[in-house]
Amino acid sequence: MPELLSESQARALCERVLARSTTDGAEVRLRAGRAGNARFARNQITTSADVVDVEVTFTARVGRRSATVTFNVLDEPGIGAAVGRAEELARIAPEDPELMPLLASQTYTPSPAYFESTADLAAAGRAQAIVPVVESAAAADMVASGFLQHRAASVAVANSAGLFAYHRATDASFTTTVRTPGGNGSGWAGGTHNDWGLVSSTAELAARAVRKARESTTTRDIPPGRYTVVLEPTAVGNLVQLLLSALDARAADEGRSFFSKRGGGTKLGERVVGDGVTLFSDPRDPDLLEPPFTDEGFPVGRTMWIENGLLRNLAYDRYWAERQGTQPTPLAGGIKMAGGQGTAADLVGSVERGLLVTRFWYIRNVDRRTLVFTGLTRDGTFLIENGRIAGAVKNLRFNESPVVMLNNVVAKGTPVRVVASESGGLGRAVSVPPLVIQGFRFTAVSDAV
Amino acid sequence: MSVTRREFVKQTSVAAATLAATARGASAQPVSRVATYQGDPSIKALCMFALDAAKTAGASYADVRVGRRRMQSISTREERITRLVDDETFGVGVRVLVGNAWGFWASREVNRRECVRVARAAVDQARANQQAARGQVTLAPVSAYPDAVWQTPIERDPFDVPIEEKVDYLLSANAAALRIRGARFASSSLAFVRHETTFASTEGTVLVQTLYRCSPQMTVTAVASDFSDFQARSSAEVSPMGMGYEHVEAADLPGRAAAWAEEAVQKLSAPSVQPGEYDLILHPSNLFLTIHESIGHPTELDRALGYEANYAGTSFIAPPERMIGQLRYGPEIMNIQGDRTQLGALATVAWDDEGVPADSWPIVKDGVFVDYQTTREQAAWIADLTGITRSHGCSYASSWDQIQFQRMPNVSLLPGVADYDLNDLIAATDRGIVIHGRGSYSIDQQRYNFQFGGQVFYEVQGGKIVGMLRDVAYQGRTTDFWNSLDMLGGPESYEMGGTFFDGKGQPSQANAVSHGCPPARFRAVTVINTGGSA
Repeated sequence: MPELLSESQARALCERVLARSTTDGAEVRLRAGRAGNARFARNQITTSADVVDVEVTFTARVGRRSATVTFNVLDEPGIGAAVGRAEELARIAPEDPELMPLLASQTYTPSPAYFESTADLAAAGRAQAIVPVVESAAAADMVASGFLQHRAASVAVANSAGLFAYHRATDASFTTTVRTPGGNGSGWAGGTHNDWGLVSSTAELAARAVRKARESTTTRDIPPGRYTVVLEPTAVGNLVQLLLSALDARAADEGRSFFSKRGGGTKLGERVVGDGVTLFSDPRDPDLLEPPFTDEGFPVGRTMWIENGLLRNLAYDRYWAERQGTQPTPLAGGIKMAGGQGTAADLVGSVERGLLVTRFWYIRNVDRRTLVFTGLTRDGTFLIENGRIAGAVKNLRFNESPVVMLNNVVAKGTPVRVVASESGGLGRAVSVPPLVIQGFRFTAVSDAV
Repeated sequence: MSVTRREFVKQTSVAAATLAATARGASAQPVSRVATYQGDPSIKALCMFALDAAKTAGASYADVRVGRRRMQSISTREERITRLVDDETFGVGVRVLVGNAWGFWASREVNRRECVRVARAAVDQARANQQAARGQVTLAPVSAYPDAVWQTPIERDPFDVPIEEKVDYLLSANAAALRIRGARFASSSLAFVRHETTFASTEGTVLVQTLYRCSPQMTVTAVASDFSDFQARSSAEVSPMGMGYEHVEAADLPGRAAAWAEEAVQKLSAPSVQPGEYDLILHPSNLFLTIHESIGHPTELDRALGYEANYAGTSFIAPPERMIGQLRYGPEIMNIQGDRTQLGALATVAWDDEGVPADSWPIVKDGVFVDYQTTREQAAWIADLTGITRSHGCSYASSWDQIQFQRMPNVSLLPGVADYDLNDLIAATDRGIVIHGRGSYSIDQQRYNFQFGGQVFYEVQGGKIVGMLRDVAYQGRTTDFWNSLDMLGGPESYEMGGTFFDGKGQPSQANAVSHGCPPARFRAVTVINTGGSA
């Protein structure tokens, strides 16, 4: 079986699986392709990996009962055993009063997310990208570590009601952390896109990380407190994506969400953040390029979540939408925050006194009612005085809510696609601008470099 | 409390005895093994084809893992099943060493042609990596285990338990919780893992190992009548374990759900904590994760040397030559053991993922840091400092499609000598807070500064619990915090906590790991209020 399934190959495999179904309803999802990566540390490649897999997820329905299995043994006995297991489980599962009928055939607008530049990446190309990074770090008497990850995959959804959806995509990301040999300075840089050709050159990213590491070797102590901050796009992405977890309409209706309204109901239509903030999802936005359908084949379009500070939409699954008398709204299609013009460096020029933050780390929710999260700055935190970088500061712990943060936006730069996951790899597409925020709350100082 | 304690004492008495013995310097007793190959002979043959192909193509060392990983999970909320899944993945991964460069290729197709193809491709990949390979790779010695088999000891195979029984168990737990006035929502779940791996290496080892893990969980949420507040209480005292369905039965979610629901409701009216310094009495259900974050991670040797700098971070315990035998981590009563032999613990195996037998060794002895966690490649890096040439057996991969690397073993705080229990610690405390359960956890990338929450908090005054508090988190600096430890529970109070989701590596891999400990008291720790005004 080929690594990446074409639309006709994916359709044929879905039909082979559905043909084994003996119950009154079935859904199949598949994900096929190749994933590769290389890690480096101490100025050398440490490990790398290439993996080919085809993963099939099959859901059997028996009346209002259902069960799901995932498997990757795709010969006839393997498919038969997996389908049989799902049907056996479905027959003894309790009835689900919330099970919705299978979706009928849908129409999708394709998302052009597949790029040969990424699909062609392999061991030699990875090494070519990494060698200049470790060599430039070594030449600067620095120590580089990092991660290059790429994948090419096709996904398909089909069901016994006639639905079929197909999408193929590539993704790539590169991140590097450069440290001084004595461990008293650290700098990070990274980039990601579906198109490897649009990720900044690794040499350029390395130069950025080397510069930050060098500039952060001498730190001054500043006390915890509220500061004006310039958040680089990665730091903004780390925090803005946290809002997504609170957008579930059902949790809001049930009174257990930041978007629940006192006395009942949700905050839909209310002002929730500053009027300069607009957040939306769109699988066809050139900075996002996410699949145009969900796991059950529901079409994903552009959804405005927050428009000029007003909460415009919450996410409804099909059941909750029907019960509440509204349209299903999937939480999918990436996330993008509208911005203005300029880079983080440009924004620094507008700040009299504040802090520049490269990225955040170990971000965890401490209060779901207020959406307060804690976490720390990392790999490049600098003091700004009179519009210029005045030196590095020790890393700081914050206890702050992204809602409070987005109520205190002073200025926005140009949105860029960022590696928003702390693990530095591929994840949901996030495109955000650098921001100037006033009154950002830091609560402790860390000795970590 | 009594149910929890009995359950955990039963589960961990063997482990605690092993820990106590090893703390005194006795060698660890490896878990039992059967020395005859009982796996599929055709799988063994495929492994040999892969190893031969790798060697012929130029690898100086190779290992192959054929893995079959099955996971079943059932999730519920209130009266319905929200998810019933049964996943299985099967495939082969080949790791090779060519010169000083590693390569790894994996495929879901497990047949002769593909095993040979991925072995050769791994060698080609390693050759490409040689462009940026500088260090010398030296693998620590290991014995050959040519026909070995081991399985997690279980009493009842969770995959043989009927689904109806599991569903009844969960829905009765939800119903018991929802009978408590004020409890509005209840969710519960069961997750079971069986991971069978055939491992073979060019050292002459061929072994089959089958690991079982299970995790029963529930959460009850209370919502204020005017929708102005909500509070949740999870089954924090029930840990995931490396056991069979007997752990689910002993955990007794249906029997304990009402008590958790009552506490969720109580939290709505509990006073918010006044920030300040308090003596903290940490129940094992909270302390286990503090051990994980502030001792487990910083004592990983790859972190200390910069191999994880780009994601998980480095460590304040570096460089090794200035730390081993010199860093005072805590008081003399503090003894920390790395251990992959504890029965019932999540990281317990007979061999690690490069064929090294499970080990048990001191990491902190009488308050002083003495050793790191290592793999075969890492052991030589510090052998001159520790005098230990063997790997501590910390190599692990979460699945056949991931490359193995250094992961955390079970890292546990040994109990004190005196037979204190939680009540003794409370009685000895004038002003403090007792914390049960894991809450929000965050620590910096070198493991200095942390902020940890919990599930439920009880205020202690004059040696007695006087009521519940909420919005509590404690902040501190790792070595300051551990040096404030002044009282430990005894062997009878030792319990085990654990997690399925210890994340590390790029791409991130989940490791399942347990941490045993008694309740412990820490003096004058900074407590903050997390209720929106921290």
